[in-house]
Amino acid sequence: MPIPIVNYLALEPQPHLVAQQCTACKAKVFGRHNACPNCFALDFTEVDVPTTGVLKTFTIVHHDAKGVPVPYCAAVIDCGGMTVMGNIIGVDPDPEIITRGMEVQLKTYSLGNDAEGVEAIGFGFEPV
Amino acid sequence: MTENVWILGIHMTPFGKRADKDVLDLAAEAALAALKDAGVTMRDMQVMGYGNLRGQTSGQSLQKQIGQTGIPSYNVSNACATGSTAMRAVMMSIKSGESDMGIAVGVEKLYGAGLLTGNDVGSGPETWTPKGRNGAIKNLDGYIGTSGMAGLFAQIGMAYNNSDPRANFELFARISEKSHSHSTLNPNAAYQNKMSLEQIMNDPMIAYPHTRSMCSANCDGAAAAVLVSESKLRTLSLEQQRRAVKISASVLASDPWTEAAQEFPDVSTVTRNAAIKAYELAGVGPQDMNLVELHDCFAAAELVHYDNLQLCEPGGAIDFFNSGATWRDGKTPVNVSGGLQSKGHPIAATGIANIWEVATHLRNEAGPRQIEGAKVGMAHVIGLGSSCTVHILEKSSL
Repeated sequence: MPIPIVNYLALEPQPHLVAQQCTACKAKVFGRHNACPNCFALDFTEVDVPTTGVLKTFTIVHHDAKGVPVPYCAAVIDCGGMTVMGNIIGVDPDPEIITRGMEVQLKTYSLGNDAEGVEAIGFGFEPV
Repeated sequence: MTENVWILGIHMTPFGKRADKDVLDLAAEAALAALKDAGVTMRDMQVMGYGNLRGQTSGQSLQKQIGQTGIPSYNVSNACATGSTAMRAVMMSIKSGESDMGIAVGVEKLYGAGLLTGNDVGSGPETWTPKGRNGAIKNLDGYIGTSGMAGLFAQIGMAYNNSDPRANFELFARISEKSHSHSTLNPNAAYQNKMSLEQIMNDPMIAYPHTRSMCSANCDGAAAAVLVSESKLRTLSLEQQRRAVKISASVLASDPWTEAAQEFPDVSTVTRNAAIKAYELAGVGPQDMNLVELHDCFAAAELVHYDNLQLCEPGGAIDFFNSGATWRDGKTPVNVSGGLQSKGHPIAATGIANIWEVATHLRNEAGPRQIEGAKVGMAHVIGLGSSCTVHILEKSSL
């Protein structure tokens, strides 16, 4: 069984992101929370996040910590009203190609296998 | 009504490479000079606020170097707002009536520190093991966006005003051109050289659209402020009263809930909230500001804060900058110190250093870079997370 890079990436049936939604105020967050940061209620349900979205803003990182492959395009995507951070993949990290307002689609890719042969899966967004 | 609080003495050390000084040397340099500027000694201090993020020192360790009188020290950690939060701790003590005079110190040694989010992610674990609240199996920097500050603030700037395409590389570079030009008049700035637009744009790219000279400069430095209650100030000499600077507003805020900010930092909402409250407390408006020192950790940040601090019409920051308003001869001079990109950004010192810059103009002691006739000014600092301080200062009328 492959393992996702983060627990909010679901691989089945088709790869998609999963948000925690507050049952009281419907606010959505990623990752484990002790209470809702908006209304302080304690219960969450899982909701699927649309796999397509609009690129709101981006940067192209040329200089990063040792071990991080550069250059890459980091971006903020609006997926049906949910703000998502992710890299733009499948195109050159070039500001002539990547533009604010473009439509993008979630894609997964292999991060390789660990010592026990388990494959890790990452995600990014590709221009539609 | 609680008591008004004033700055009695304040000092900023020269910023830059201070290889001959350790953290406590720099803290002591700033503290002793602020006390001298105030015309008082450690014997008069009843409370200390202290900030040093990377050096692991405390107010107590500074007291061992400059005077141990048993006063409490609030050792604070609040990202880039650490120094200003330390100052605010002293102010709150005075406002509460527990003390009538105190000192705040912020200090950092950062020269040559490289990336503050870490310079090596290592090779990662041998087996994928989910960790933390997101169950991350590896360091996510570079895989799910960037955790580098230059890239985060680049995205914040590129998102300005519904991702206005005019918020682009050249515009941000022109903002840095202003900062570097202003720094030529500041002998305390880490970098005092003028840079042309071409030089800035051709500098090595760190995170598009931020080149190296559009990023805040890691450097060493410290700043300290001696605060006093208004009633105590009125018992001091006329010269001390004349040079004192009134703190008309001091606001500290954290992020309120916004859905977007759960994933991606929102430096705007918290700054806007703090600014609104500060104007209300001080009873003045953005149009009254004779100078503003705002947190330009990266060029793109300056643009969004014109709007967040209401220095321009909503959504009008690009036109506002293009009008020349924020140059030192403009309507609202911004970062006449040279800002964090040229003056430098020793993190925990910055919050007090920005206040020192504004106070020095209000005292008419800023030398060649003096903004003539300055009576009211603002100092703004934000640390990601987010913590934001806004101070409005006024020239003494005592």
